[in-house]
Amino acid sequence: MSPGSNDHSPLQERETLTAKSPTLWLRAGLIQAIRHFFTEKNYLEVETPCLIPAPAPELHIDAVRGGGVFLHTSPELCMKRLLAAGYPKIFQVCKCFREGERGQRHLPEFTLLEWYRAGTDYLGLMDECEEMVVFVLKELGLASGLEFQGNALDLKRPWPRVTVQEAFERYASSSMEEAMASGRFDETMGVEIEPHLGFPKPVFLYHYPSTLAALARLSKNAPGFAERFELYVAGLELANAFSELTDPVEQRARFEKELAKRKEQGKTVYLMPEKFLRTLPFMPESAGIAFGVDRLVMLLSNQKEIDPVVSFTPEEL
Amino acid sequence: MYNASSLRKGLKILIDKEPYVVIDFQFTKPGKGQALYRCKLKNMISGNIIDRTYRSVDSFESANLEQRKMQYLYSQEGHFHFMDLESYDQSALRAEQVGDAKNYLIDNLEVDVLLFDGRPIGLTLPNFVDLLVTRSDPWAKGDSVAGDSKPVTLETGYTLRVPPFIDEGIKITVDTRTGEYVTRVK
Repeated sequence: MSPGSNDHSPLQERETLTAKSPTLWLRAGLIQAIRHFFTEKNYLEVETPCLIPAPAPELHIDAVRGGGVFLHTSPELCMKRLLAAGYPKIFQVCKCFREGERGQRHLPEFTLLEWYRAGTDYLGLMDECEEMVVFVLKELGLASGLEFQGNALDLKRPWPRVTVQEAFERYASSSMEEAMASGRFDETMGVEIEPHLGFPKPVFLYHYPSTLAALARLSKNAPGFAERFELYVAGLELANAFSELTDPVEQRARFEKELAKRKEQGKTVYLMPEKFLRTLPFMPESAGIAFGVDRLVMLLSNQKEIDPVVSFTPEEL
Repeated sequence: MYNASSLRKGLKILIDKEPYVVIDFQFTKPGKGQALYRCKLKNMISGNIIDRTYRSVDSFESANLEQRKMQYLYSQEGHFHFMDLESYDQSALRAEQVGDAKNYLIDNLEVDVLLFDGRPIGLTLPNFVDLLVTRSDPWAKGDSVAGDSKPVTLETGYTLRVPPFIDEGIKITVDTRTGEYVTRVK
């Protein structure tokens, strides 16, 4: 599909947009509730530029390019520079852009909530993540029991925590090691595991193989794993988080690896984000999380697809 | 050659040397992981449907398919014979490749025959075909449970329900997509 491929008449458009009214109201209320949660906890709301010269080098995330700059794929690098400069609790709600991502649950332009906190790690963020979702539910007047696509969900705290390895053992036809060795980790995760995750309670999937976390700190007590987690609810991937890597030498080496793989696959090779790397030694021990706002609206409004939770899809422009 | 990002409904690709058409397609991607293209594919020769998941690094060859205008000639021993209207070459399709289309095949009917690597694998009928009614039982009002219609048999052996005023010897137009009566040919 391409821009303009859904060429509706003004009347059809009016009908479509009127039907979206409940999700658009919910969306607006949700974003207000998120802001309320973080401002009450003394987080500083920040805005960082969308136009950047050097996106974080990650193999599978492609930035939209134009006019000699890129649209950011997440506000991660700028927010970490703020963290390094002494802002210990920051959050941002912003549009992010990723080339080629369009599907039932994907838009090339989507809304992310990111927050960073000094003095905590990924486990601390799991708690705060539960706290945030429970807070916004209450603020929106929603019960912790939700119905999503025919499944009864229970969002009451605490939420179970499952390692990636355990999830493979439970749901996949191969072990995590085999999937990694054959380059089929993502496929197995997406096809065999994800559809089972987060019923009836949300689940934190944690301890990802270290090679699958370009910006995460490695675990001290689980060698070979990164302190990274993802939040799943009803098969929906909602958030990705980690204890931040603060070692600039290690970070540069990982970026170089990612850039080499991008080059090998014929993808755009980004500039090394030097300014970010220069500030990294000053970044405190911290953790950060990216939370998909559109997906949360989908969950709370019982929408199977992402289209109804935004006013316009790319095809409607 | 196609790469995975060009996958979409209706695309015809080659898998294990056989032509497949994408009948359903879903893009999905773990946030940090690689893009996955989940497809339902139909084998264009056997009709079998398979599920496949492709990754962004995967690529495939396009299937060498060609549509040719052909004329139906005759059937013999489970084979249906056609003649290419340009080259006058003859091709044959097996009964299972023809399927329900046999209900509409009358001499000299022009159809599109689908060739894969030069071999015929299927055909597309015109949407409407005119056929002769060869048998019709007299209709008595109230006989039918299906309302004001009665069964007739056409020259191809196909039976369908038509309005009561259609008799033997009359030509009718049939919609080949639904198999239903459209109108009486004037």
